[in-house]
Amino acid sequence: MTSPRDAESTCAAPKPALRIDALGKKCPLPIIMLAERIGQIAIGNVVEVLADDPATKTDVPAWCGLKSHEFLGAADLAPTAGWAYRVRRSY
Amino acid sequence: MVYFDAASAEPIAPAAKIALRAALEDGWADPVRLHREGRQARLLIDQARERTAALLGCRADEVSFTGSGTQAVHLAVLGVVQARRSPARGQVHIVASAVEHSSVLNAAAFAEDAGSAVTITGVDSAGRADVAAFVDAIGRDRTAIACLQSANHEVGTIQPVPEVAAACQAAGVPLFVDAAASAGRMPPPDGWSLLTASAHKFGGPPGVGMLAVRKAVRWKPPLPADNREGRRVPGFPNLPAILAAVAALEEAHADRQAADSALRALTGQIRDRLPALVPDCVVHGDPVDRLPHIVTFSVLYLDGEALVIELDRAGFAVSSGSACASDTEQPSHVLAAMGALTHGNVRVSMPRNTTEQSVTEFLAAVPDIVSRLRGSVGHREQSDIW
Repeated sequence: MTSPRDAESTCAAPKPALRIDALGKKCPLPIIMLAERIGQIAIGNVVEVLADDPATKTDVPAWCGLKSHEFLGAADLAPTAGWAYRVRRSY
Repeated sequence: MVYFDAASAEPIAPAAKIALRAALEDGWADPVRLHREGRQARLLIDQARERTAALLGCRADEVSFTGSGTQAVHLAVLGVVQARRSPARGQVHIVASAVEHSSVLNAAAFAEDAGSAVTITGVDSAGRADVAAFVDAIGRDRTAIACLQSANHEVGTIQPVPEVAAACQAAGVPLFVDAAASAGRMPPPDGWSLLTASAHKFGGPPGVGMLAVRKAVRWKPPLPADNREGRRVPGFPNLPAILAAVAALEEAHADRQAADSALRALTGQIRDRLPALVPDCVVHGDPVDRLPHIVTFSVLYLDGEALVIELDRAGFAVSSGSACASDTEQPSHVLAAMGALTHGNVRVSMPRNTTEQSVTEFLAAVPDIVSRLRGSVGHREQSDIW
């Protein structure tokens, strides 16, 4: 399992105010977790989602587009499988 | 039961059933033999070839029947690659859009494993091929074949084949059009060099594909030589199924204008009304430039497999491009290429006999199923996300 510190070092986006660990969870659960918890951070802050379901590669940015939150990018959680996505709460 | 999975398999057309029964009586012999039964079989398959050619807009000797649509696609792609590769001049380049049927992408990947270069070009959010990127890719050195489907099999969007065809012609690159999604529903687009179709998608029996290769195209069998089907397709042809397939194609073609306007209105009802009935529901594909019988949508926060199972329980047969509903556990490459939501996905594809009543029932059933599933699937009962 990659530590949060490793994910941080590979992602250039701002420091997240909240980290959601959705590793091992299949879509749509990572997206549900993101939708439920993004309201816990202040507008303009960043949430990070750790996930390893390949469907999240499409679904995290697609959800951001549908919900008008800003998708900041994804970083590989090397050497283990998965990605760290960062999303800025827009409203 | 309301069957809404015609894009996987259209129910067998009445004309196809009649043709199949007749062919089992008099169309079973080996068409390359010289005896009377053989000559009879030969006559039937040649007529089937001519009738198919008339509908595809090509010469009869350009048409071969294959064992499936997938086999037709593999032979189309790999036969061109086989004709163009040479030890002296090296490997070739293949171009395909990212939303081609998996059989096209798998054939390209197979050639890539053997040393060919492959460029996969992108699509817009409606699933329409990026013409500039596609044309740019065919300009690359040693491009042997460009692959662009007539229309997308998952979201129904019509592809810009005529625009791409002009560029292919100017560059001297054969254009392969996989017409499986549109055959029998709209005439083949102009400008193709190779064309394929699959009988079970237009009311023919399973196990019959069609491969048309224009005379001017350099094509060489990618498999061991066999004298069947103009030396293009190995193996004894399934003549009864071929005759049934051609009867189905003719019937679909004859009915296509009436079927088009009826089905377009019915899929249009789902396109227009579902987003208002189901919160957080996205309809995919081009709203206008699309196949008549397909409408695809994704329901946010739901699992596609659960939706398919619940719809089946409620009497509606649909398919899904969500990872959990696929045999590969991968989300649909079409939806991914479009940047569309892949979970909670449902494809409704209507057979020709679909009634307005069944669409009304579907629109009544989906909102209840969605709210029930959203209240249970690992969600909080009182979640504030919807």
